[in-house]
Amino acid sequence: MIASTEDRGTTAEPSDAVRFDGIVKGFTGVPVLKGVSFGVAAGKVVGLVGENGAGKSTLMNLLGGNLRPDAGTIRRDGRPYTPQGPDDARAAGIAFVHQELNLFPNLSIAENLFLRDFPRGPGRLPWIDRGALRAKSEALLLQVGLDRDPATPVERLPAGERQLVEIAKALGADARVILFDEPTTSLSSVERERLFALVAKLRDRGIAMVYISHALGDVLRLCDDVVVLRDGEVVGAGAATSFDHDRLVSLMVGRQLTQLYPERLPRTHDVAPGAPVRGPVLEVSGVSQPGIVRDISFQLVAGEVLGISGLMGAGRSELARILFGLDPHGTGEIRLDGERLDGPPGERIRRGLAFLTEDRRGEGLCMEASITDNMALATLRSHTRTPARWLDSRAVDLVVGLMRDAVRLSPKAKGADAVRTLSGGNQQKVVLGKWLLAAPKVLVLDEPTRGIDIGAKSEIYQLVHRLADRGAGVIVISSELEEVVGICDRVLVMRHGAITGEFRRGGFDREKMLAAALVAPKP
Amino acid sequence: MNSSASKPWLRLLDLAPVALFAVMLVVFGAMSDRFLTTGNIVQVLVQASSTAVVAVGMTFVLLTAGVDLSVGAVMFLGAGLAGKMALAGQPLPLCLAVMLAVGIAAGAVNALLVTRLRLVPFIATLAMLHIGRGTGRWVTQTRAMNLPEPFLLLGSARWLGVPLPIWMAGTVVAVAHLVLTRTPFGRQLHALGNDAEAARKAGLPTGRLLAAAYIICGACAGLGGILALTQLGAVSPKFGELYEFDAITASVLGGTSLFGGRGKVFPGTVLGAVMLKCIFNGLVIARADPYLYPVITGAVIFAAVLLDSLRDGIAKKLARRRIIPAG
Repeated sequence: MIASTEDRGTTAEPSDAVRFDGIVKGFTGVPVLKGVSFGVAAGKVVGLVGENGAGKSTLMNLLGGNLRPDAGTIRRDGRPYTPQGPDDARAAGIAFVHQELNLFPNLSIAENLFLRDFPRGPGRLPWIDRGALRAKSEALLLQVGLDRDPATPVERLPAGERQLVEIAKALGADARVILFDEPTTSLSSVERERLFALVAKLRDRGIAMVYISHALGDVLRLCDDVVVLRDGEVVGAGAATSFDHDRLVSLMVGRQLTQLYPERLPRTHDVAPGAPVRGPVLEVSGVSQPGIVRDISFQLVAGEVLGISGLMGAGRSELARILFGLDPHGTGEIRLDGERLDGPPGERIRRGLAFLTEDRRGEGLCMEASITDNMALATLRSHTRTPARWLDSRAVDLVVGLMRDAVRLSPKAKGADAVRTLSGGNQQKVVLGKWLLAAPKVLVLDEPTRGIDIGAKSEIYQLVHRLADRGAGVIVISSELEEVVGICDRVLVMRHGAITGEFRRGGFDREKMLAAALVAPKP
Repeated sequence: MNSSASKPWLRLLDLAPVALFAVMLVVFGAMSDRFLTTGNIVQVLVQASSTAVVAVGMTFVLLTAGVDLSVGAVMFLGAGLAGKMALAGQPLPLCLAVMLAVGIAAGAVNALLVTRLRLVPFIATLAMLHIGRGTGRWVTQTRAMNLPEPFLLLGSARWLGVPLPIWMAGTVVAVAHLVLTRTPFGRQLHALGNDAEAARKAGLPTGRLLAAAYIICGACAGLGGILALTQLGAVSPKFGELYEFDAITASVLGGTSLFGGRGKVFPGTVLGAVMLKCIFNGLVIARADPYLYPVITGAVIFAAVLLDSLRDGIAKKLARRRIIPAG
């Protein structure tokens, strides 16, 4: 029922509700899945684990019809399954329960359950048969153990109950295969137990399930089989009883460090010997925001590259937004060069803070504007001529011209070209160039290499180091553990909005770092 | 997140339209004893009927997070054509049918621009506003027309003691309310307005839903034009002007969100339309300075939009993901 990569040639077992065979998928030449094979039998729960970027989401998107494989086949009950869109997945009895639920909060539970095909009244009239809607909804809610009036608006339900509605929706659509993607991240422990009981019940009804989670303890407890993905390959597969927590972690991280990362020596002191003793450039003490981050304290010294690692949704980006003044924080204090940092983002930029957002297209760049305009955007004030403060466009061109060479922007791109026409890597270089011109004291990079090819990645890492060597404090937020290990001097690990680990170059231990990011196994 | 504290506020803001209405009745009632007489109330309702019908159509479009700026111009174009035909001796029912048809046709063009050509609703319907008004002026040669007697008779006719415009508006409201609350179409429209991308992923026919909303809005503009015409008895070059803003204001006053997915035709939009006319009527009765009218109407619009934005802000805050797990 489970096959590792070695025996990918085996024919599908008839009992497999879903079977992947030699699935290959890449994006713009970067392979994401490199021949993945495994199956899920009816009445079984398969746990799918792997680091961020291992290919789990891509696999699920293939199954959901949002993507198509470059090679390999998917079988559903032994028959070839080639979905062209979400409708095909639905018709094939495949349903998804995502971390971010696909419910309409402004509609009632019952309406969410039957939005696509409401029970109709008598004749061919378009009226909803409200009695039937209620009865059918109540039957579905009973199956998932949710004791609520189906007329309740979904916006009044807590997260755990919304998830039960989502599962009821899957059952209502006669799903025979259900995929859970990080279903427990926003659940309380009581809600989690209820979900597990429900999964066990669905298993008895012969439903095949894939359970994706970083909560490895949950996976081992709940699943029949486990598949471990790393770098788009199945690196371990078998009965859940044949794994333990530590073995899963070592399978997930066991990767060779490549030449991707520039050499970085361990910093033995926070201050170079002989240099004047300086305080930290950025001090964060006891910053908390209810429900978002909890008691965050750390210091960043000039010339340091500090990594912030953790799973998606651990609160890393939220912390960056708080630092930059985009979101408020309750208690705690942020100091830049020893002075309190508050006020709107614009003021923080003037004081020397720079933020490369994870949403390059939406927040980091004006996609329709030219390369020159984008690069000069943060430093326009310094290129104005008195008395009327006209923009000195020749000065801008000169400075931007120097910077585009410094960031090694593709020589083919002209300064007047719209940023939209550039590749992801070159776009990111434009953003970096913009902030390098501003010569910030602290630069926060949120997922700086997401969706960027290997070559550009390596150049961006060098730029980060050069910036730090010039005396800036750099914070790199990344969900790729390899990346922070590769380029940072020090790494903070976050989980559930709090810092759960601190590691220094020379003392980096991937397994310990991952363990700090994962939900702690219960004692 | 202080969700426990924000939720009552959300409920309170949902009640805001009714509360605002009650306050207004009390204030105007205290200022003049003529305000709360049966005669005056019926007059306000008749005056509100055309606005209410247009606003009902607008509510459909606002529910999709869109907007239709062309309704006033479409009313004018329909009225201009109908006026020409009536003066040329065409029968009354045919003239009225043409007004309705013009509304539906303009709605269909708006729908096409928004769904097929993917134009921003604001721009698409702004273009339709100018096309409609321009064509209307060309048809009427920018001359006022006094319509034959039967038009006015229609506006003053009564059935069971209630003026015909109130019956017509009431029927439109009742049908619209049932469509929005009791049909798959109505509920799917709410889903679309809440999150168009999620609606598409859920397999809803988003293009057809969106198109239907604009066509319904156009049809309501046609009907609203008929109601306005039967009360005025004349087509002036300014006929239907600013109806788009009255309709949007009435919807938002009644609790419809400009962000889509939230709104009720009854009591919401109806209440909003009546409220608008009440303000005007109350100011007249209280002998307020006429120059104050637009200022006060403007203040009311501002308050309505502020309420909507407050409500949306709180709802967004409630929907934000918690990172630190509960319990």
